[in-house]
Amino acid sequence: MLDLLAVGGLVLLRDSVEWEGRSLLKALIKKSALCGEQVHILSCEVSEEEFREGFDSDVNNRLVYYDLFRDPLNWSKTGEAFPGGPLGALRAICKRTDSGPVTIALDSLSWLLLHLPCTMLCQTLHALSRQDVCPGDSSPVRQVRVLGLLHEELHGPGPMAALSSLAQTEVTLSCTMGQASAHIHCQRPRQRPTHQTQLFSILPDFSLDLQEGPPPESQPHLDPHTPPVDPMAHLTFNLRLSNKEREAKDSLTLPFQFSSEK
Amino acid sequence: MSAEAGKLTLLCDVKTDGSFLVHHFLSFYLKANCKVCFVALIQSFSHYNIVGQKLGVNLTMARERGQLVFLEGLKSSVDVFFQAQKEPHPLQFLREANAGNLQPLYEFVREALKPVNNGEAAWRCPVLLVDDLSVLLSLGMGVVAVLDFIHYCRVAVCWELKGNMVVLVHDSDDAEDEENDILLNGLSHQSHLILRAEGLATGFCRDVHGQLRILWRRPSQPTAQRDRSLTYQYKIQDKSVSFFAKGMSPAVL
Repeated sequence: MLDLLAVGGLVLLRDSVEWEGRSLLKALIKKSALCGEQVHILSCEVSEEEFREGFDSDVNNRLVYYDLFRDPLNWSKTGEAFPGGPLGALRAICKRTDSGPVTIALDSLSWLLLHLPCTMLCQTLHALSRQDVCPGDSSPVRQVRVLGLLHEELHGPGPMAALSSLAQTEVTLSCTMGQASAHIHCQRPRQRPTHQTQLFSILPDFSLDLQEGPPPESQPHLDPHTPPVDPMAHLTFNLRLSNKEREAKDSLTLPFQFSSEK
Repeated sequence: MSAEAGKLTLLCDVKTDGSFLVHHFLSFYLKANCKVCFVALIQSFSHYNIVGQKLGVNLTMARERGQLVFLEGLKSSVDVFFQAQKEPHPLQFLREANAGNLQPLYEFVREALKPVNNGEAAWRCPVLLVDDLSVLLSLGMGVVAVLDFIHYCRVAVCWELKGNMVVLVHDSDDAEDEENDILLNGLSHQSHLILRAEGLATGFCRDVHGQLRILWRRPSQPTAQRDRSLTYQYKIQDKSVSFFAKGMSPAVL
């Protein structure tokens, strides 16, 4: 799962009511911040105090916070609303001038998808996640990473497919054998997609604890070195008759057949 | 059930009537000396008052002493059409041809629960109670408008005033109401506590009226231990509700 932070592009964190994803988002943010990156957070669903709760000062000092929670639609008319609303906030992040690797966290993509046209959001995400800080740099490592929290029950198949097509990585949260697990699907350009399941837990300080576990039961590819199972082994009945048994069967008179003996 | 501050409790019912939960929380918070704003869109004031009296609270007196602000949807919706309003009515959306937003209703709630400095003993934490949100969809509001209304109420009531919110949404189950499903799931993601009243899968029973699933959520905290959930079965009686473990109803033991 730590590979998610090694490559850039859009990372979708798909959570559900039963398996919330904000704590994993915060754990990844903490990892990025402790690596020396600047982290831009667009927060729509929880207050800044609630979001920063659990982070120590090392992490909090590296967070650039865009607050869309308090007045996202400018109802209060007190001037506290973010200029331009949600789209203005996204554009402000696009226009940032910091250099070096950066992580952008969107909490949540679902909120943005409910309030912005899907096409506009996809175009903005594409612009966000494709930015290279040094256009002339031929290094293959991307500089920008966008983490988007997505509540998958809230959207239809169309918007979900559109976002999936933009994402380099999709992490779907669920449970495997009673333990929180992340099903990770990576789609890199010119590479085959990879699947991985990682058991994990998140500690109270939002450190990520990856756990070893037995491989999941359902394997997408069979091991070519495993000998095939013989379906006719260990049967409790005969599939073929011996010659003697065949003769006895052929000479058997059935009850409904008319014969001179009866 | 401890009354933590700044929490959103979601009530939902499927194949049964979950209004007993609304009556419980109304009487619970009034008895706890909280300032309550009740957006009551489903029943009349007298209905809630009659049930409240069985649970030990007098809504008329609570309203007169300023503890309860009661928006009686059935009555005041008529005012939208037949009385001139200087300011936007909380249910102004009923007049509008295009489904707008619920900002007037939010302004009403914020005004009702704002602290009043008049030298009298202050009430305990403010509480917003809504019965129910699904009817807003039936009245033509879009699901995003209802979610925005709840968002702003969370900002004002839970975050600014450190109060609590309790809202009821019906689960359409297999009726394939996409907007209601989005509303229910959207609120579930924001909730700290979900109480889900379900009818029994086997149908109506005289001694067991349904089962209650309780899910504690922590939307922003690490889940080193998984969100807790419990399931009880219940029977609604005249002045109370009795709960018991599944299969342990006194009628079947």
